[in-house]
Amino acid sequence: MPQPLASSAPVVPVVRLSQAGFAYGDNAVLRGVDLTVHRGQVVAIMGSSGSGKTTLLRLIGGQLRANAGKVEVAGQDLGGLSRAALYALRRRMGMLFQFGALFTDMSVFDNVAFPLREHTDLPAALIHDLVLMKLQAVGLRGAAGLKPGELSGGMARRVALARAVALDPLLVLYDEPFAGLDPISLGITAQLIRRLNDALGAASVMVTHDVHVSLDLVDYVYFVSGGGIVAHGTPTEIRASNDPYVHQFVHAEADGPVPFHYPAPPLASLLSLPEGDVP
Amino acid sequence: MSALAGVLRKLGARVVDSVWRLGFAVRFLFAVLRYSGQSFQRLPLTIREIYFSGVLSLLIILVSGLFIGLVLGLQGYDILQRFGSSSALGTMVALSLLRELGPVVAGLLFASRAGSAVTAEIGLMKTTEQLQAMDMMAVNPIARVIAPRFWGGVISMPLLAAMFSAMGIFGGWLIGVVVIGVDNGSFWSQMQDAVDFRYDIVNGFIKSFVFGTAVSLIAVFEGYDCQPTAEGVSRAITRTVVSSALVILALDFVLTSFMFRGL
Repeated sequence: MPQPLASSAPVVPVVRLSQAGFAYGDNAVLRGVDLTVHRGQVVAIMGSSGSGKTTLLRLIGGQLRANAGKVEVAGQDLGGLSRAALYALRRRMGMLFQFGALFTDMSVFDNVAFPLREHTDLPAALIHDLVLMKLQAVGLRGAAGLKPGELSGGMARRVALARAVALDPLLVLYDEPFAGLDPISLGITAQLIRRLNDALGAASVMVTHDVHVSLDLVDYVYFVSGGGIVAHGTPTEIRASNDPYVHQFVHAEADGPVPFHYPAPPLASLLSLPEGDVP
Repeated sequence: MSALAGVLRKLGARVVDSVWRLGFAVRFLFAVLRYSGQSFQRLPLTIREIYFSGVLSLLIILVSGLFIGLVLGLQGYDILQRFGSSSALGTMVALSLLRELGPVVAGLLFASRAGSAVTAEIGLMKTTEQLQAMDMMAVNPIARVIAPRFWGGVISMPLLAAMFSAMGIFGGWLIGVVVIGVDNGSFWSQMQDAVDFRYDIVNGFIKSFVFGTAVSLIAVFEGYDCQPTAEGVSRAITRTVVSSALVILALDFVLTSFMFRGL
């Protein structure tokens, strides 16, 4: 389990999952997941497609409720929260969606101002200044008047990041923050995630496939496969790991514990060729 | 036998699915009504939707109303003059529009123009995770997005139907009095005499209000419930237009049979 960063304050994990499980009907997606995230940490959840990592992120965000075990955020069990209490908790969370999910009928400025206008009674002049500061932090103050349709993918992701941290959240969730970005935008986004997390003293949880950028960025990694945590550790431990799954994932090997072939009957049984002629 | 069983199974599954969707739609309506208070506290949101659903539909409503009125004038005169009653043209045009054509045709046009746009907008917001983002920001999408669009439609529709009828009467007058030469005084005085405020105008208003509520509910529900894919949004838009048309025509029959049963 990741250790909290050195601090004199009492250690209360921002996120704690204890034996958490989730199923769609009879189809179990997650089983017996234990995970802890402390303040100041950036934690990555990695795994192949369909392994259940996005479901895990949704459990933490309260978009889905665990069928088994416990999911706690800021010491509150999400399972027992009313909608109003969940919304009160979400005011202390930010989330970056895979493609930004910016409101297309609003300008960049209004997108970032949205949570401030919805949840605070701050005067318009103060909201104006705060939004410009957030946009300055992500390098897009000059784009305040643009519409989301006028932004590149990387810029949209940065605006969404500014919006996600508009209320200085305790916890920021990232769903595939690097997907589809060019190397420059990817590097900028990675830097911003680290810098903003450290500046806010928040906790960050990101679901990602990008091994190398993530291992340079995060404090701790969880690998999800088959609905459970199969490996976890610091980036150094992960790089040195002999676990076959971690090895396959980190070194991008085509075959291994995650098979190249989708389960199917033997090819020979489906082709009308003599046995031995089929590889 | 097994083929028949398969057909019956599919039919049963479709019926069960439809009942589930109907139940979900009713629950959805209650949720919209429940959060409407929050929505009305921020009136500019609803006014903005009245602009998008109502004001931007004005052109198609006025032009269609004019043409319907012109056609009614021509057809009405052709029939009435056979019985020597061409002076009753104003009455015929006004009653046809106020009782039936105004609410029904305006409702159908409203579903095609504004209903489809609302479904597309909400469906795309769902597809691009904007509704989820709002929910994650502790902002209820039903209160912030759905309720204002629902009420925007409910408020706009009776006003559009009234303008449709007014434009249609103008079209009837244009063709009857100006082009054909029916007496202007007879046209208006017979209309004034025959049209009853409560019986014709209020009933027409009630119809347009009911149609507006039905179309708005269908439009927001289909958008909210659509599959978050390009194909899903396209299907939802089609369902909005088709369902709205059928519901308007069916409701029109039911309402007419209650309102004008003394005839």
